[in-house]
Amino acid sequence: MLAFLIKRLAQAIAVMFVISIISFSIQDNLGDPLRELVGQSVSEAERQALRDELGLNDPFITQYLRFAGKALQGDLGTSYFFKKPALEVILSKLSATLDLVFGATLIIISFSVPFGVYCALKPQNWFAKTIMGLSTIGISVPVFLTAIGLIYIFAIELGWAPAFGRGETGSFLGLWDSAFLTKDGLAHLVLPSITLASIMLPLFIRLIRSEMQEVLQSEYVRFAWAKGLFPNRIHYVHALKNTMLPVITVGGVQIGTMVAYTILTETVFQWPGMGFLFLEAVNRVDTPLIVAYLIVVGAIFIFVNTVVDIIYGLVNPTVKLIGNK
Amino acid sequence: MALLQVNDLEVSFDMRSGSVKALQDINFSIERGDRVGIVGESGAGKSVLGFSILNLISRPGSITGGNVLFEDRDLANLSAKELRDIRGNRISMIFQDPMMTLNPVLTIGTQMIECLQAHRKINKNDAKKIAIQKLQQVYIPSPETRLDQYPHELSGGMRQRIVIAIGLLMDPEIIIADEPTTALDVTIQAEIMELILELCERNHVALIMITHDLGVISQVTNRLFVMYSGRIIEQGPTKEIINDAQHPYTQGLINALPQMTIRGERLQQIPGSMPSLNTRITGCVFHPRCEHAENTCTRTHPKYTTSGGCKVACHMVEKMKSQPLLSE
Repeated sequence: MLAFLIKRLAQAIAVMFVISIISFSIQDNLGDPLRELVGQSVSEAERQALRDELGLNDPFITQYLRFAGKALQGDLGTSYFFKKPALEVILSKLSATLDLVFGATLIIISFSVPFGVYCALKPQNWFAKTIMGLSTIGISVPVFLTAIGLIYIFAIELGWAPAFGRGETGSFLGLWDSAFLTKDGLAHLVLPSITLASIMLPLFIRLIRSEMQEVLQSEYVRFAWAKGLFPNRIHYVHALKNTMLPVITVGGVQIGTMVAYTILTETVFQWPGMGFLFLEAVNRVDTPLIVAYLIVVGAIFIFVNTVVDIIYGLVNPTVKLIGNK
Repeated sequence: MALLQVNDLEVSFDMRSGSVKALQDINFSIERGDRVGIVGESGAGKSVLGFSILNLISRPGSITGGNVLFEDRDLANLSAKELRDIRGNRISMIFQDPMMTLNPVLTIGTQMIECLQAHRKINKNDAKKIAIQKLQQVYIPSPETRLDQYPHELSGGMRQRIVIAIGLLMDPEIIIADEPTTALDVTIQAEIMELILELCERNHVALIMITHDLGVISQVTNRLFVMYSGRIIEQGPTKEIINDAQHPYTQGLINALPQMTIRGERLQQIPGSMPSLNTRITGCVFHPRCEHAENTCTRTHPKYTTSGGCKVACHMVEKMKSQPLLSE
């Protein structure tokens, strides 16, 4: 396990290195930082002096190394707009985004597994066919449309749930604030979570269904029938466990992707998370904030994937996390 | 009352292009302690026959005619519960490829204990003891540690032994072995065959051995069914068929054995290959490949003729006896 984590850490460093190069190049090419800093009334000579002072005339490598050195100390630059360290600004919005991702994940897991399994076991049933039909529609409808539809029906017409903002948040041991801890927060979470889940849920139902159907055709399931086992045991122990292996792998990547999908959802619902902040930062050409966002999302991605790999190793006995003996 | 009786069994697969008969006119009965072999080329319907005895044919196949009687009960009419009571308990099956038969994510112990617990009330510890005892019967070293291992930690031969041990758990009356050694190393093949034979003899279990290896069949079984294109075309005592096969197809199979060929000469093979089940052949199904075929063979399917202890479905049996081919 320790060896696995160390190996994973080395991979993480390599990936973060690539991400940092990419984000730094973006920063370097997103317009002229001086325009953001000094406006238009400053003379060209002064600009040139300032450029030298800020090191903007140095070669790319020198600039990158300076950036990386600071980044390693947790300094990703100062947001032009907030006049605060970019990392600090991003992290202050992290809890809101994670609330949303967590809510959506919860919805996805609790619906995709039973629906997917049902569709695999009873493919001819009308309910299974309805689910499959709806999932095709679900995949094809874009997020912002789902969001607007949900707002119109449940927030405006029925008035069941609030349409924007995060509501009240509760504090967890004073370390972390979350909308899951208050009733108002939960109400605010419902529509955005459903929206965010709506992209992945149909995909997961289909994935679980097709994986399960394949497993049900396998020799070991046939052998389980030949052993005279109870159908429930065959379906939920023999077949389901094998079905979940590829689903876990894909699921991990998708949860990471969902962090990125929050940009749309958060914008429509005015959810004060990282995605919303990122879009604002792009509008304001707040490059340090954009870079910080990319790096934080990259780190989340790596973290989620590592956790998923560990879970996968625990479920699948043919994978040894300890490494080769 | 025979232990297992198969009457006019017909199995069809519903394909898009129409229904295809995978088995037809299958008749035989098996008694306790019998050892029966089923041979034939790939696609002859051997495995389908094995699976239809357990009513385990995968979709879109189904039994469309005749019946399989186990202790006079028609398997096709049994409820799911009654069927479950027979599978793995009275009749067990050993599959072809031990790499695929065991569930990769469950331990050997789990896969053995669940079988015992599915058929009788037994606590985990007692079930474990029986599992260990059965593993000893199939000569698996240190069975206690095997119970906690996963299939991928064991070799192919070892896994097939475990599959056999699972088949023996409930002391069944019949074991169906569907090419139990084809996926194994040649050196392991003989060991596994010997093991199956020994266990069946000791426990007085009826064995249905499905294989395309005639060498194996002659050592292990005392009765033989030769299948071709979904039909049994010759059946009788194994020794009699091996020594003096009547049907041209069986003769072809035996002549194709490497042992039957003189060193340095080409292997004698049956010309052509088995027709796909889609193509309808009128008359004897084997006639397009048969060197003895005459007009009658192309018109009607032959009925069984008795020849010694064997039953043969061939028009030409008598004729072949009186005038052997000049080339022979």
